[in-house]
Amino acid sequence: MDPKSLVGTFNKKGQKIVEPEYLLFEAPRTQHFMTGSEVVKEAIRRASIDVSIAYPITPQSEAAALVGELYVEGYVGEYFRGENEFAVMSECAGASFGGARVFTTTSGPGTLRAYENFPMWAGSRLPIVINVMVRGVNSPLSIQPDTLEIGMILETGMLIWHAETAQEFLDFLLASFIVAEEPDVHLPVAVCIDGFFVSHTKDMVMMPPADIALTPYDPYRSPVPCMDMEVPPIRMMRDPFVMKSNYISYATHASWQQEVRAACERSRKHTIRLIGGLIEEENADAEILIVSSGTAVAQGREAVRLLAEEGVDVGIVKIKTIRPFPHQEVRQALRNAKHIFVPEFNVAGWMAREIKACIPDNDRVYAGPHVAGGMTMPPEVIVEEIKKVLSGRKEAVHG
Amino acid sequence: MGKEKIKINDEFYDIMPPEYQELVEEATYGKESRGWKDVGEAKELIEEHSLCAGCPESIAFRYVLACLPKPEDTVMVGSTGCTSLVFPHVAVHNIHSLFGNQNAIASGLKRTLALRFPEKVKDVVVLAGDGATVDIGLDMTLQSWFRQEKFTTICFDNELYANTGGQESGLMQKGFVGKMAPAGKKFDKVPLPEIARNSGCHYVAVMTVSKPNRVEKAIRNAILVAREIGPTYIQLYTPCILEIGKQMMEGLQEMRDSEGPGKRFEFKEYVSDEAKVFLDEMDAERKRKKKALRAARAK
Repeated sequence: MDPKSLVGTFNKKGQKIVEPEYLLFEAPRTQHFMTGSEVVKEAIRRASIDVSIAYPITPQSEAAALVGELYVEGYVGEYFRGENEFAVMSECAGASFGGARVFTTTSGPGTLRAYENFPMWAGSRLPIVINVMVRGVNSPLSIQPDTLEIGMILETGMLIWHAETAQEFLDFLLASFIVAEEPDVHLPVAVCIDGFFVSHTKDMVMMPPADIALTPYDPYRSPVPCMDMEVPPIRMMRDPFVMKSNYISYATHASWQQEVRAACERSRKHTIRLIGGLIEEENADAEILIVSSGTAVAQGREAVRLLAEEGVDVGIVKIKTIRPFPHQEVRQALRNAKHIFVPEFNVAGWMAREIKACIPDNDRVYAGPHVAGGMTMPPEVIVEEIKKVLSGRKEAVHG
Repeated sequence: MGKEKIKINDEFYDIMPPEYQELVEEATYGKESRGWKDVGEAKELIEEHSLCAGCPESIAFRYVLACLPKPEDTVMVGSTGCTSLVFPHVAVHNIHSLFGNQNAIASGLKRTLALRFPEKVKDVVVLAGDGATVDIGLDMTLQSWFRQEKFTTICFDNELYANTGGQESGLMQKGFVGKMAPAGKKFDKVPLPEIARNSGCHYVAVMTVSKPNRVEKAIRNAILVAREIGPTYIQLYTPCILEIGKQMMEGLQEMRDSEGPGKRFEFKEYVSDEAKVFLDEMDAERKRKKKALRAARAK
C-alpha cells in the first residue's frame, strides 16, 4: 500500500486523507485558544496514529491522557498505560517494529528513565515521535521547567526539534511523522517544548480542520524489514556481529552508527520543506544577536524590543532543529555579529556550547543568561546581562 | 507469510547460500503436524548457532522452533544472553532490542500485529534467559501478565548469567557458589511459576528438556492458549554445563537428575479453568478429525 494512493479516501472516522503539504500549508485554518496539552490532542487527532502508550509524569500527563480520549473516540488504534518510562519506550519500540505509527510523550526524569531506549530506537530505525515536555531533572525533586534534559539526549541519534510556541508545536508535531518516516531518514523524532510555559499556558493556534488527516504510515517503505513475518528476509543474517572481535564486526557497528547520523543529516531537506528552515532570523544583520531555542527565544524577542526603545539594535536567531544541528545556517547567520548572547533555561549552557563549536571567533559568544530550577527569565534579565557584558561590568564568558 | 513470499528469484538462485535455498524449499512452514520429530528430518528454522558443544539450550531452542504451531506467522522476541547469539540465525522474524525489555517489546508488538492483521493470527513468543526474565526484566515480565497480554513467555532457566560468565541470578539455587555469590547464594530460587499463576497466566509449565514430547505439548498449549485467552509461561531447565562443571555429554543426565519427584524441575503444569475448557475442546476436535480420517481410509 502506497500511502499516497489513499489521498482523497476517508478513514474509519470519516476524515479525508490528505497530503502533508495540504494539511500544513493549504488547508483553511481557524483560530483556537488552547494549551500545549490540547495542541497535542488536536495534532494527534489529525495524524493517523496507530499506537500510543502513556505514563503519567508532570507536566506531560494531561497530554498523554488526552490522547487516551482520542483512542476511545476511535482516532487512535491502540492505547494503554505502561508501567514506567523504560517499559513504555520499549512498548513503543515493539509497536514500531511491528509496523505501527507510534506517538508517546514524556518529561524530565521520565526521559532519563527511558534513556536506554533512545539510541536503540535510532539504531533500529524506528520512526517513533516522542513529545518531550522538558522539566527539571534535579535532586531535590523539582517539577519545574528546565531544558537540561535536551542536552542529555543530543547524541542518541534521534532528530531533536524544539518548538517555541503552541502554533509551532502543532506544526512540528504534524510534520515530524512525515520527516521521521521518509525512507532515507527513518529515525525517531523528539519534539521538545518547554514544560508549563508551552504545555500549560493558553495560546492562539491556527488549526486546520478536524475532518482531514495525514497519510498513514507505510511500514514497507522502511529501510529495514518490518518485523511482521510478511516480508523477507526470514533469516536475519548469516554471521551475527555481536560478540565478534574482528575488524568486520567493528567496521559494521561503526558504519551503522555513521549511517544513523547521516540519516539524521538527510532529514534536512524534508524538514526544510515542511517546517520552513532549520533556523529563523529576525534582524540578523545587527551587531548584537540573541541566539537560542524554545521559549528563551520568546523572552529574547521581548528583550530586543526593550533594547530598541533605548536605541540598541539587537537581532534574533532561533534554532528550530537541534539535531541535525544547523551548522551552516548558524555560521552564515552569525557571520557579522560582534556579540552573541545565548539565553538558556538550564544551568549547563549546552546550546552555547553547540554554537561555540560551529562558528569562527567563538569568543563572541556569551553563554547566558542562564536560569534553572523553574525560574522564569524576564526579558529585563536578558537586557541587564547584555548591558553588563557590553559595558565591561561582567566577565564575558561564564556558565 | 508462506513460502511463496520468500521464494528466491530464479536469476539469483545460484548465488544464494545453500542453507537459504534449503530453507525456502524444505522448511516446515504451513505444516500442521510439525513438531520435535521434524528435528533432523526436515529443514530446521535454526540454521546454526554459536552455543557451546553439548549445550542443552541449543536442543531446547531447536525443539521450541520445531514446535511453533505457525512459524510462518510468528514473531519472536529475545533478550541479551546466550539466546541472542542464536537469534540472528533463526528463520522467523525476531527482535533483540535491550536487556530485560522483552515482555514490553512483545506487548507493543502483539497489540500492533492484532491491529494491523485483524483477519489473521500472528503469534508472538518471547524467549529469554533467567536473568532477563526474572532479574532485570521482572517488572515488565509481571506487568505484561497483569495486563493479560496475549503472548507466550518462555524462560530458558540455566540458573545463572551464562553469557557473562556464571554470575548469580534470581533463579540460581540457594547456596550455589557462583560469581557474585562468593559465599553461596543467600536466598531461594525465585518461585516464578507460582508468581506467574498468581499474576494471571492461564498456562504455566515447568520442566527440563529431557523429554521432547512433553516440551512439544507444553509449547503448543502455551502458544494456543496465549492466542485465544491470555498470557502463558514456560520455564525450561537448560543447564549451563560450562558453569556447573559438566562435560559436553553430561547435559541430558543433568536434566534427568533434576526432574525427579521433589526435585527443582519436577514437571509441573497449571492450567486455568478457561484454558482447560479450551484445551479440552481442542483435544476433542483433534480426536474427531483423527477418527474421521481413519474412517475415510477404511472405506
